Amino acid sequence: MRLQLVRRPQHSSLMAAVSPLIAFALTLIIGAIIFIAIGKPPGAALYAYFVAPLTEMWSLHELAIKASPLIIIAVGLSVAYLSNNWNIGAEGQFIMGGIFGSLIPIVFPGFQNVLTLPLMILFGILGGMAWGAIPAFLKTRFNTNEILTSLMLVYVAQLFLDWLARGWLRDPQGYAFPGSIRFPPAATLPEIAPSQGGAHYGLVFALFVAVALWFVMTRTLKGFEVRVMGASPRAGRFAGFSSKRMTYFAFLLSGGLAGLAGISEVSGAIGQLRETISPGYGFTAIIVAFLGRLNPLGAVVAGFVLALTYLGGEAAQISLGISDKLARVFQGLLLFLVLACDTLIYYRVRFSAGRKAGEAA
Amino acid sequence: MTGETATTGGMLLEATGITKLFGALRACDGVDLSIRRGEIHSLLGENGAGKSTLVKMIFGSLEPNAGEIRWKGQPVRVTSPGIARKLGIGMVFQHFSLFEALTAAENIALSLDKTTPLSAIAAKARALSNEYGLPLDPDSLVGDLSVGERQRIEIIRCLLQEPDLIILDEPTSVLTPQEADKLFVTLERLKGEGRSILYISHRLEEVKRLCDRATVLRHGKVVDACDPRRETATSLARMMVGAEVHAVARAASAHAADAAPLLELHSLDRAPTGPFSIPLKGVSLAVRPGEVIGIAGVAGNGQGELFEAISGEALQPRAAMVTIRGKQAGQMGITARRLAGAAFVPEERLGHGAAPVMRLSENLVLSRHATDGRALIGRAGVIARGAVEAATKRINAAMDVRKSAEDPEASALSGGNLQKFIIGRELDRSPAVMVVNQPTWGVDAGAAARIRQSLIDLARSGSAVLVISQDLDELFEISDAIAVMHNGTLSKPMPIAEATYEKIGLLMGGAEPGHVPHDAMGLS
Amino acid sequence: MEMAQNIILTIMTAATPLLIAAIGELVVERSGVLNLGVEGMMVIGAVCGFAAAAVTGSPWIGVLAAIVAGALFSLPFGFLTLSLATNQVATGLSLTLLGVGLSGLIGEAFVGSAGLRLQSIAIPGLVDIPLVGRLLFGQDPIFYMSIALTAGVVWFLFRTRAGLTLRAIGDSHGSAHALGISVIKARYLAVMFGGACAGLAGGHLSLVYTPQWVENMTAGRGWIALALVVFASWRPWRVMAGAYLFGAVTIGQLHTQALGFGIPSQLLSSLPYLATVVVLVLISRNRRLTMMNTPASLGRPFVPDR
Repeated sequence: MRLQLVRRPQHSSLMAAVSPLIAFALTLIIGAIIFIAIGKPPGAALYAYFVAPLTEMWSLHELAIKASPLIIIAVGLSVAYLSNNWNIGAEGQFIMGGIFGSLIPIVFPGFQNVLTLPLMILFGILGGMAWGAIPAFLKTRFNTNEILTSLMLVYVAQLFLDWLARGWLRDPQGYAFPGSIRFPPAATLPEIAPSQGGAHYGLVFALFVAVALWFVMTRTLKGFEVRVMGASPRAGRFAGFSSKRMTYFAFLLSGGLAGLAGISEVSGAIGQLRETISPGYGFTAIIVAFLGRLNPLGAVVAGFVLALTYLGGEAAQISLGISDKLARVFQGLLLFLVLACDTLIYYRVRFSAGRKAGEAA
Repeated sequence: MTGETATTGGMLLEATGITKLFGALRACDGVDLSIRRGEIHSLLGENGAGKSTLVKMIFGSLEPNAGEIRWKGQPVRVTSPGIARKLGIGMVFQHFSLFEALTAAENIALSLDKTTPLSAIAAKARALSNEYGLPLDPDSLVGDLSVGERQRIEIIRCLLQEPDLIILDEPTSVLTPQEADKLFVTLERLKGEGRSILYISHRLEEVKRLCDRATVLRHGKVVDACDPRRETATSLARMMVGAEVHAVARAASAHAADAAPLLELHSLDRAPTGPFSIPLKGVSLAVRPGEVIGIAGVAGNGQGELFEAISGEALQPRAAMVTIRGKQAGQMGITARRLAGAAFVPEERLGHGAAPVMRLSENLVLSRHATDGRALIGRAGVIARGAVEAATKRINAAMDVRKSAEDPEASALSGGNLQKFIIGRELDRSPAVMVVNQPTWGVDAGAAARIRQSLIDLARSGSAVLVISQDLDELFEISDAIAVMHNGTLSKPMPIAEATYEKIGLLMGGAEPGHVPHDAMGLS
Repeated sequence: MEMAQNIILTIMTAATPLLIAAIGELVVERSGVLNLGVEGMMVIGAVCGFAAAAVTGSPWIGVLAAIVAGALFSLPFGFLTLSLATNQVATGLSLTLLGVGLSGLIGEAFVGSAGLRLQSIAIPGLVDIPLVGRLLFGQDPIFYMSIALTAGVVWFLFRTRAGLTLRAIGDSHGSAHALGISVIKARYLAVMFGGACAGLAGGHLSLVYTPQWVENMTAGRGWIALALVVFASWRPWRVMAGAYLFGAVTIGQLHTQALGFGIPSQLLSSLPYLATVVVLVLISRNRRLTMMNTPASLGRPFVPDR
């Protein structure tokens, strides 16, 4: 059996819409096989993963808490990836956003008024932008591969946070435990509906950011510029767009949004600066961006799906004793299958028999 | 039609009913072709007629959907180029299948069978290149070689396999007329040794001069077979195109020689940008209103670099090096140069002049968002879809762009139709200066005639038009004067009344005083 | 003297996994494929090597398992990028994400369990040479493999016909296809070789360097290996030099941490990552040189028309 790709004359809009669904369905099937293999009832396990978290109000709130940072980061990454700028250091920009934003309540604990939160958010965005600007600067100035530099800066940011949380920004009354003071109410992102659950205004940011960037990407000249520079950079330069400016735009936007997600998480969900503030949101958001087809609105749906795997992982561990590590496998698998299914948008896949099987394993 | 195909004995190759589908397109549709021993057989046809597809099937790079190939009387299945080479079929590609980062000897080694040791290949190649008068240094890096030298590697690579049939795909499209003459001598010699040659071309004069028989393809079908020596160029053209080709109407240029030039280049220099790119050295030129200036040259002598320098995709060290309508533009980007009144059409359609995966209306925005900002872009940078679509429609109608959908993606159009759209997109602005690189490369005859006419009409309406082309026929048809690009330098424009193919050809080969001829450089 | 020898020894041990992973990726990239999944394949190799050794009691079986696991784990990447022509950057990233997740799951049972160390092999006679004997001939078996691998790859790429073919494919897959070279098949082999090398590198971490399983124990070494390939301009011997340089930085910062000096340990720990950035900047500044050395079809998907 030999697999052969035949390019479609035009890309298939149908497949563009359906391919994430096919990928999700395949993930469920493979998931069921894994559950059978490890001797767990597949039906109950899949229910625990993908349905149970949706049945109760408090867990819906938890879902929103986990989905918000994923969506905010993924929207920025979608724009960056569309422009062919491979920022994979969102995790580091998220952390720097958390750190910068936290400086205000930690360093100026007396500064508590209506300006506290907006300033924290502004600082968070600036922190993310600053960290994102480094790979952009190195790429535009020295032609340095942004994939590697942005990733290396994640490790640096993690170590930097660890140092701060154990040193300079540590709560002096904290009995030598790492972590800052707990933020006062004026520095805490409020909950949307406190009587029902803990979802904070990060969700509102996520939805706003997604809709705003969807509009920019589909309706404006800037969105056109991003898409041209990503799809055919030479045509983009012919149009008079600057690839250097686009690199800065992509990294400042995606870095700033990751920073926004970071300070929202610290201020809304955690309430203090700790030595770790992210369960890998910056990396999971890469999956969200692709699952959402690099479309900001798609990122909203995909963000909730990925948040579900986090919650479902915890739920399945409690109810069925399945390792919560499996959630990460599902996430990786999902991205893999989305990429595979995306081929169907541009190509028809044909199988032809009768040739040596060496080429397609 | 081809009545003699199956009956004649002593055929080297007989292909019958060859069909190749690319999606819905029938690139070859039941094609019959037979080649005798020791003949030079021409495969004639327009761009897109299916010539390259057919020979790729004979050479095994493509698999036919239907049809039979008989080699020396035996039915064969050529499933890979390796099998073709074993049978004795060699090929010289139009777009060379060479590796720039490897040496000439390594390139040759890759197409020989695995038993030949690498060390022996260089010596063999050297011997062969001397024997056939094809000078070549086996140790040089292909990326550093001129197009003509690269073709020699392809030919030697092919000859080393002792083929009975040699396929050459548009071999002269990259050569100066003088280089082409040398190639013909080599081909005659090969024919004298009893080898057969399948010669693909759309240049009628050389087919008449060189070939014993011709098979004519149109839209993937064999439409005629003839003895080209008994035909005229006109009758061959009629067979190829299927209708009379309208000659381009060129009214005498009415421009005043003393009018201020709209586009000027003053001692334009440009450092090389990549490992294998050509530096520009002191290029000067003036294009006045009403005239078409042509720039001839063999591919890879700096034409692409010159285009980028004029368009502003690459900036100049000094502002005075380029002036557009009297404005010093050397430090302006492409958008500012467009705003100054210039329009540009690059050589590469897909990926440079147009973004392949974007719709035509989006590709309109590509080059017009700044010059027509008020009409196409609304408040806060929102694209005015209605206005963009209306303009796209207008251009498609004006240039007769044929397409399968209302607003298809650029990659879904044929080369000719996309080129008509891209040229139309710029003409729609009535630019004062128009710079076009390879206006009709790979375009069918009908579209090419329309494009050439539109360029002449633009000039006669008072604009300055600069056309860079490797197609000498085209330049002689539309230009008021022709300059020649060689190794990064530009000759003085020669008025069309004085220009001949021979004079221009010599300049293309670098024969202008002060230049070192190419061959001498290759051998040093 | 003894101390200097020991330090050099640890540097060589720290450099070995970087060298092996980078040499594997070099071959992959020479064929025109960019696999950003090195980190993922490496961590899979580490966990599988450790698990196989723990289960069978033989570190040698662990090494074998690491190699096989790495090669097998590269196959999904190969299938997507080669047979389905997906974006290589995105697919490589997802291989890393999947590998990190999967290794956590596989290794869960082995967290905290005692590991087996692959014993060093002293080559009789040679090991007693003063100064360099212990360094060059008293090492762990994977060290010897890394040297042989580097030399072997040099010989393969520049002295054999298959190596020439591989370089040709990396330069222009279109031309290679036109000549009848099976581009896809060769790339599958290269990708699997890269996977096997990354797996072996991971096995070195969990069987020699720190014989235990800790989640995410590769700690970005796969990414550093990727950077080394760029740093070395796709030349095997330069990869070796780069790997030893990074080994020295890693060991240097560890020794500095041990000595204190009041420098925050986190700053010292981030040195290898910062050094990677600096080195990348230094090497990529020369745009012309980078363009000259980069395999021309690197990262570009290839769909043969037939």
